[in-house]
Amino acid sequence: MSTHAHDPKKETRIYVATLVTLLILTLITVGASYIQFGSSTANVVIALTIATIKAIVVALFFMHLLYDKPVNALAAVAGFLFLGILLLFTLLDIGSRDGLEPQNLRAPDPAAAAAPAAAPKE
Amino acid sequence: MSTTPADLQHGGHGADGHDEHNAYHQHHFATMEQQFDTSKLGMWLFLVTEVLTFGGLFAGFGILQGRYPQEFIEAHEHLQRLYGATNTVVLLVSSFTMVMAVLAARTNQKKKLLVYLALTILCACIFMCIKYVEYSHKYHEGLLPFQWYSHEGDGIPGSHGYQAFFSFYFMMTGLHGIHVLTGIGFLSWLMVRASRDEFSSTYYTPVDLVGLFWHLVDLVWIYLFPLYYLIS
Repeated sequence: MSTHAHDPKKETRIYVATLVTLLILTLITVGASYIQFGSSTANVVIALTIATIKAIVVALFFMHLLYDKPVNALAAVAGFLFLGILLLFTLLDIGSRDGLEPQNLRAPDPAAAAAPAAAPKE
Repeated sequence: MSTTPADLQHGGHGADGHDEHNAYHQHHFATMEQQFDTSKLGMWLFLVTEVLTFGGLFAGFGILQGRYPQEFIEAHEHLQRLYGATNTVVLLVSSFTMVMAVLAARTNQKKKLLVYLALTILCACIFMCIKYVEYSHKYHEGLLPFQWYSHEGDGIPGSHGYQAFFSFYFMMTGLHGIHVLTGIGFLSWLMVRASRDEFSSTYYTPVDLVGLFWHLVDLVWIYLFPLYYLIS
C-alpha cells in the first residue's frame, strides 16, 4: 500500500548508509567545536548548519519524506518555514536594540543622569 | 496514489478487493491506503506543532545567550561533552533500529519487528540513564534553575546569566526527556500489539507513526547537542 515498494535489502542498505552519514556528521560537529573560526558566531553558524544537514538527512530517509506523498513534505516544510519566521524576526528585533529591557524600565545610566545636572549651570 | 475513481465508488470493496476483509479498515475510509495516508498526514501536522513548541524555547535560549554571552560560555563548561556525544550516538542508533522496525512491520517479519522495537527501547533507556547521571551531577553542584541556583565561584558573581542558562537547560532537555519517556511507552505498546500479531503489510500504521514521533525526538536532540554542549 505504500508507494515505495522497493526491495527490503536495498532499503536496509540505504538506512545503514544514512546512519553512517549521521555518525560522521556528529564527529565533524564535535571536531569543529574545538576549532575557533574567527568569532563565536561563526562557530554557532557552522554547528547549526551541520545540525540542519543532519535534520534533513533524518527527514528524507528515516522519516521517508523522499519516498512519501508530497503532502507530508509540504507539512514539514511549512512547519520549518514558520519556525524560520519566528527565529528570523526574533533575531532582527534583538539585533536592533541595545538591551533586552525596555528604555523606561532600565536603571538610570550614571552618565546620562550627570548631564542634566550640569546643564543649569550654563 | 493508486486510489482510483473505481475504488472510491465501491467504497474500497472494489476492483482489487484487497481491503475487503481487513479488520482494521474503518468504514469511513474508501481504502486502507487512504486510511493510512490520512493518519500519516495527521501525524505530520502534530509533528509541526512539536517543532514550533521546541522552536519557541530555542528562540528564548538564543535571546538570553545574546544577553549573557560570557555567563553562557562559562555555564556550558559544566556540561560534559562526552555524555552529550554518547547520547547523540545512542539516539541516532535508536532512530536506525526504529526505521528497521518499520521496515520489518511492512514486510511481515514479526520476529525482526519485536527485536528492533526492543533495541529501540533499550537505546531510549540508555539515553535516560545517562541523562540521570548528568542531572544528578548538576544537582550536587547546585547548578539548578531559578532561585535554586547555588553554585559558587562563578566568573561574574551575582549575575542571573548562570541560572538563566540552567533554567533553559533543564526546561529543554527535560521536555525532550519527557518525549523520550513517552516514546518508551508507545514502543512498549507496539511490542504488545506486535506480539499479538496485529500488524501486517496491510496494516502497520501505528508502527509507522510512532517511528515518525521517535525520529522527531532524535531531530530535537540533533539541535540541542551542539547548542548546549558545544558552544564556545
